[in-house]
Amino acid sequence: MSTLIRLRKGLNIRLTGRAEKILLPETPVTRFGIRFADFPGLVARLEVKEGTEVRAGSVLFHDKSFPEIKFVSPVSGVVREIIRGEKRVLTEVVIDQEGKEKIDFGTADPLTLTREEVTARLLSSGMWPVLRQRPYHIVARPGVVPRAVFISAFDTAPLAPDMDFVMSNIHGNHLQTGINALLRLTDGKVHMSLDAEGTRVAEIRNLKDVEFHRFAGPHPAGNVGVQIHHIEPVSKGEVVWTVDLQDVVAIGRLFDTGYHDRERVIALTGPGIMNRKYHRIRPGASVSGLLKSNLGEGRQRIISGNVLTGKIISPEGSFGFYDNMVTVLPEGDYHELFGWATPGLKKFSYWRAFVSKMLPRKEYAMDTNFHGGHRAFVITGHYENVLPMDIYPVHLLKAIMAGDIELMENLGIYEVAEEDFALCEYIDPSKTEIQEIIRSGINMMIKEMN
Amino acid sequence: MNFLLKKMKKMEPLFEKGGRLEKLRSVYDGFATFLYVPDKVTTKGSHIRDYMDMKRTMIIVVIALMPALLFGSYNIGLQHTRAFGIIDWTLMNMFWFGLLKLLPLIIVSYVVGLGIEFIAAQIRGHEINEGYLVTGMLIPLIMPIDVPLWMLAVSVAFAVIIGKEIFGGTGMNILNPALTARAFLFFSYPGWMTGDKVWIEGLMNGGGIDAFSGATPLAVAKLDGIGHLPSAMDMFIGTIPGSVGETSVIAILIGALILLVTGVGSWRIMLSMTLGALGMGLLLNVAGTGEYTQIPAYYHLIMGGFAFGMVFMATDPVTAAQTNTGKFIYGALTGIMVVIIRVFNPAYPEGTMLAILLMNVFAPLIDHYVVNANIKRRLKRVRTA
Repeated sequence: MSTLIRLRKGLNIRLTGRAEKILLPETPVTRFGIRFADFPGLVARLEVKEGTEVRAGSVLFHDKSFPEIKFVSPVSGVVREIIRGEKRVLTEVVIDQEGKEKIDFGTADPLTLTREEVTARLLSSGMWPVLRQRPYHIVARPGVVPRAVFISAFDTAPLAPDMDFVMSNIHGNHLQTGINALLRLTDGKVHMSLDAEGTRVAEIRNLKDVEFHRFAGPHPAGNVGVQIHHIEPVSKGEVVWTVDLQDVVAIGRLFDTGYHDRERVIALTGPGIMNRKYHRIRPGASVSGLLKSNLGEGRQRIISGNVLTGKIISPEGSFGFYDNMVTVLPEGDYHELFGWATPGLKKFSYWRAFVSKMLPRKEYAMDTNFHGGHRAFVITGHYENVLPMDIYPVHLLKAIMAGDIELMENLGIYEVAEEDFALCEYIDPSKTEIQEIIRSGINMMIKEMN
Repeated sequence: MNFLLKKMKKMEPLFEKGGRLEKLRSVYDGFATFLYVPDKVTTKGSHIRDYMDMKRTMIIVVIALMPALLFGSYNIGLQHTRAFGIIDWTLMNMFWFGLLKLLPLIIVSYVVGLGIEFIAAQIRGHEINEGYLVTGMLIPLIMPIDVPLWMLAVSVAFAVIIGKEIFGGTGMNILNPALTARAFLFFSYPGWMTGDKVWIEGLMNGGGIDAFSGATPLAVAKLDGIGHLPSAMDMFIGTIPGSVGETSVIAILIGALILLVTGVGSWRIMLSMTLGALGMGLLLNVAGTGEYTQIPAYYHLIMGGFAFGMVFMATDPVTAAQTNTGKFIYGALTGIMVVIIRVFNPAYPEGTMLAILLMNVFAPLIDHYVVNANIKRRLKRVRTA
């Protein structure tokens, strides 16, 4: 069917704690929250107050620069709390779920609608933010016709859910409708990337009007940014959009049923959790139900997302807007005597400086210890090995640190997102916060280009 | 061992801001993190980090230097017995004699260098950089054994302050610090760095049997003609006069193997530098005139500081080219320069040192062109699209 693109660069981190392929019945959740940190660069304007009653699909807030981009409540209930952080920066809108009222946005076949009508529907229903754009890896800006839309149908991150299992358990057959809606938004193609074996899910295999690609290789082969780079890279002045596979279903569901419903299947994983299975959950739902009497001993870190790019949440915290998994990882706040000199039998590493590299062991326990202190860049030639893109990572990072806009542009800032550099950060013996630097570079570009 | 940790934690407040020993924070920090990997956890970005850190990286290089250091110690003793006509020393005698001569050099190098590093870290408010663990070991190994300790101290201070710290410290320097130290002495005190006597312990103070020449193979080739060179096997094993660590190619190759297996050293540079020197040597064999151009090409790989410089200095990631393509170019040019300087320059047999320092200066330029090619590819995409 499709051509196979082989990537040699990258690294599969062999962390213990993969989820068993069993879907557990839904646990009732009453606390929902939308976290602003899920939308980098967003300046939000609230449309609700504490105590406001909302339905599933009611607007909670909108983007200050693009007021038509609305963010809506995933459930019906009452706004319990608006949490603010330092300098009163908005952190989270918390909703207590009550009742099952949802706003009906009306059904329609996207193929009979114009581009403007599809756009309007996605915007008014609050489904729009599931569309993200490259450059910048932010919520797509309306009024732009993207060159193409890219969807990754597999995930290579550590402990990532098996997307075939996820897709065969998702409610309803809305994928094709979702694709049709996306086709209306672009003049180009809708690309979908599968792993080397392709997919066993008939609904995906039988999709019409989709350009399929297959990728073989270690993480980050499943990152949509890496796939775009190898299919048709983003050059200056171009815009492409990306959508999570489960959100294509949610878009389809919106058009087929008229409701904003982003229910998804996620994996509960990690060495810090005992019962590792798949769950049905809506973005924003509190994870407390999943974790209840399930956490391992000692202090554990709850991460919405994977261990490379996820966000820390509290044990009652809200599941992230774009995530497909929850990872629980033991905290690593301990001292290790001569840790830098041990042979490292049980230490998984990218580097061949550890005995573990010669052992056939499959999976390793890991924790959140920093394993060293911050240093200047010293080692060269290794960051490239885990970034399967024609980009010089250290040169780009240094351009960002120097604030050289033109050089950043020349070195490929438009093609990258922080998640593509997560492995560079993981292997870095100088312990640089590489993802943060990349995001700050992207923010600089956004500011410069406006 | 928990006792140690408790003691350490108890002392910590003394060194924090406002503590009595605030001015020694960097020293405390250096020792504390040497003993224990800190309990620091990730706060942003990736939640897991590789176990690899700068300490392990640098210690691997130090371990890789050990074969050269141990053989160098033995060779100091061996050369001494030859020069002074001693016949009854055992291998261990020679080794201990050499090690005891070498230790003061290592101690001075570390005390002076690390002292400056601690001060620099304190001023900058950074943690101690481990880079000097390697530099401090390299410097004694590229010196003549009889170098006066005060000279060594001055050269170390020069290399660390002028060669590294004024550029912003480890990771920012242009020139390899260890070679900077050697070049400093070479041009400031040539009498102690060149000639027939400096390479053998004791000869500078007079003595030695008559008619004994302590010249290195490179000097022999220059002065007496290439017919008088030691055998290739002697040069490969290293039982010849020379800087402490440079003589034994086999010991250096063991170190190279450690660097290559762990991935700490760049195979690209080692390979291309070897090919560069071999190619240039062969070219001169074929096309060169004059006796010196007729040294068998492979001799260049086993003579003088070539092997040591290639494995431990040219591969220094900070001062070498940083792009993978750039590394091939940088390595090849270094190898070519080594042979050119050796063959065409009547004054200095110091081809390796000067070639690497020269290429250190050009490395950013090489990278610039490699990165520019990447930029052009990207721009071309825009135009064709």
